[in-house]
Amino acid sequence: MALATNGTGAAVSVPVNRIEERFADLRQRGRKGLVVYIGAGDPDLESTRRLALAFDRAGVDVLELGVPFSDPLADGLVNQLAAQRGLESGTTPPKVLETVKAIRTESAVPIVLYIYFNLLHRVGLEQFIRDCADAGVDGLLVLDLPPEESGNYESLMAAAGLCPIYLIAPTTPPERIAIIAPRARGFIYYVSREGVTGMQAKVSDTIGEMTARIRSHSALPIAVGFGISNADQAREVARHAEAIVVGSAIVNRIATLGRSPDLVPEVSAFVASLSQAIQS
Amino acid sequence: MTATAAEPLGPFATPEIPDATGHFGPYGGRYVPETLMHPLQELEAEYFRSQQDPGFQKELSYYLREFVGRPTPLYFAERLTRDLGGAKIYLKREDLLHTGAHKINNALGQALIAKRMGKTRVIAETGAGQHGVATATVAAMFGLKCVIYMGAVDCERQALNVYRMKMLGADVVPVHAGQKTLKEAVNEAMRDWVTHVRSTHYILGTAYGAHPYPLMVRNFHRVIGDEARAQIQEAEGRLPDLLLACVGGGSNAIGLFYPFLNDPSVRMCGVEAGGHGILPEQHAARFHGGSLGVLQGTRSYILQDPFGQIQLTHSVSAGLDYAAVGPEHAWLHDQKRVEYAYATDDAALEAFMRLARLEGIIPALESAHAVAECIQRAPKMPKESLIIVNLSGRGDKDVAQVAAKVGLQMPK
Repeated sequence: MALATNGTGAAVSVPVNRIEERFADLRQRGRKGLVVYIGAGDPDLESTRRLALAFDRAGVDVLELGVPFSDPLADGLVNQLAAQRGLESGTTPPKVLETVKAIRTESAVPIVLYIYFNLLHRVGLEQFIRDCADAGVDGLLVLDLPPEESGNYESLMAAAGLCPIYLIAPTTPPERIAIIAPRARGFIYYVSREGVTGMQAKVSDTIGEMTARIRSHSALPIAVGFGISNADQAREVARHAEAIVVGSAIVNRIATLGRSPDLVPEVSAFVASLSQAIQS
Repeated sequence: MTATAAEPLGPFATPEIPDATGHFGPYGGRYVPETLMHPLQELEAEYFRSQQDPGFQKELSYYLREFVGRPTPLYFAERLTRDLGGAKIYLKREDLLHTGAHKINNALGQALIAKRMGKTRVIAETGAGQHGVATATVAAMFGLKCVIYMGAVDCERQALNVYRMKMLGADVVPVHAGQKTLKEAVNEAMRDWVTHVRSTHYILGTAYGAHPYPLMVRNFHRVIGDEARAQIQEAEGRLPDLLLACVGGGSNAIGLFYPFLNDPSVRMCGVEAGGHGILPEQHAARFHGGSLGVLQGTRSYILQDPFGQIQLTHSVSAGLDYAAVGPEHAWLHDQKRVEYAYATDDAALEAFMRLARLEGIIPALESAHAVAECIQRAPKMPKESLIIVNLSGRGDKDVAQVAAKVGLQMPK
């Protein structure tokens, strides 16, 4: 997995990345991956650190840390409130990176920052990406940065050895999949429904069709997310993809438990149940 | 992209601006979640098709004339001119349009586009409620379902417009997130659009957001400047010396300015909301305390903290109370083609009352910011010079708020 493509499609040699290593390992062992999202700093960054370490032990393959932003327009209410709690607990991007550093002293769990572009733009892409790499971040998922606006983002990411994670949506036509897929590294995130983040009662029935279409453009693993809220749904979605993403259902449990001493054990028990469900 | 010479570069109004990807120099673009990329491309394609279609233009002109009430007068404000003792002041009377503000020019145009695209539902954000009312109005006229997102604070301070939207059959959804004003209403409208994108067109109400909105909204409002240009030449036999318009997102200003951009003798000034003064979180003057950023689909000047979090804003006027400014304004600012000043709440309130007493016209609080700048500038200009102030809306919606602020009592 030491090869990836750059913006021009040419193969270039890049440092091995924890996300790529993890998916290679999953493939070798014939296992599905579990990607888990939480809002950083919800209820505070020390809880984020403890949750991350517990998730690693509970079988999480990639941790997505949402960096709280004042205007999270791609997020549903559950994640908006998490971002608000994160901001209220004083969470800033530099503090999130300090937390990643602290996690790194005890864990090699792959970490992706889920982030809105203005937070990178404000300090400058080069600086932000370098700081991320130094802290031990493995990838960035920039919600509102489509390939058309990405400029030198991908080359900076490649130079730093970080994976740019791109979203593909149900509204993405084949010609856009062809533009996006070659730019991604690590995995491709398929958003399984039209809408903001959040839980839903039923999973979409077009997942298989879309993941097949994505596979015709990319050999990267596919993670499917947006709306998976329980073990049954996790199991169903995992049939179509290398990994599933669960966010709001976990964030909702964090919201309920807050600073309770049960926070880490209860939430990681739920995460462990998801991890088991997708292998069955 | 910076102007190095004292003389402005130009021309500023050309088909190449914005470029094919919606960029005005370093500003603009399309910074949205992937779910919206293809719908925006479809909207762009449909918009450009409509521009080539004489049938569309004919229908738009028909409704602008027969339903909206165009053209609006360019009115010589004789008493205000005499009172200030300087330049001759003309008012472009967008306040006389159906629904009470310029907003309907764009709402109508976009509703026609929505119909062409087979959309059955329209949504919009609104600050002062004027864009919400305009959208609810065209939705009623064309039989489209309509949902309007409005900050809870704005619902309160512009209650009259909430009632109007409801009477017109729209659902008004108060938004309780953040500071409960226009920015949060835009976030919520975008979330709705992401979720219902196949059935729904988002009638964005200002010259802001992802491409093609800044271009499309500007073009639907340029009728203001096109009319004003012909009218001033008819009245005075020449072009004006100065154009003034308030700038929230910047739709009425760009509508007035655009047809004059290539006329070097015409100076222009956009007037932002100075609120309580230029201190953090006390104003909405993006060119006086803002910096380059990306918010709600576009790259422009925004009010933000050192980490890139969007700052709180304040203005007495809900329609100007917004943390970002349209990308074309950002570009015109950097090109030094348009100046950007600000008027404080107090100056706007004083201008509001002064126009009411001197001219018998109660302006919207938004438009009163442009009048306030006129009060500053006109006395310093020679008597033969000409100013056009865009009176973008009327103040019916603001009377309760202003009465409370200036201490008007009901007669006992």
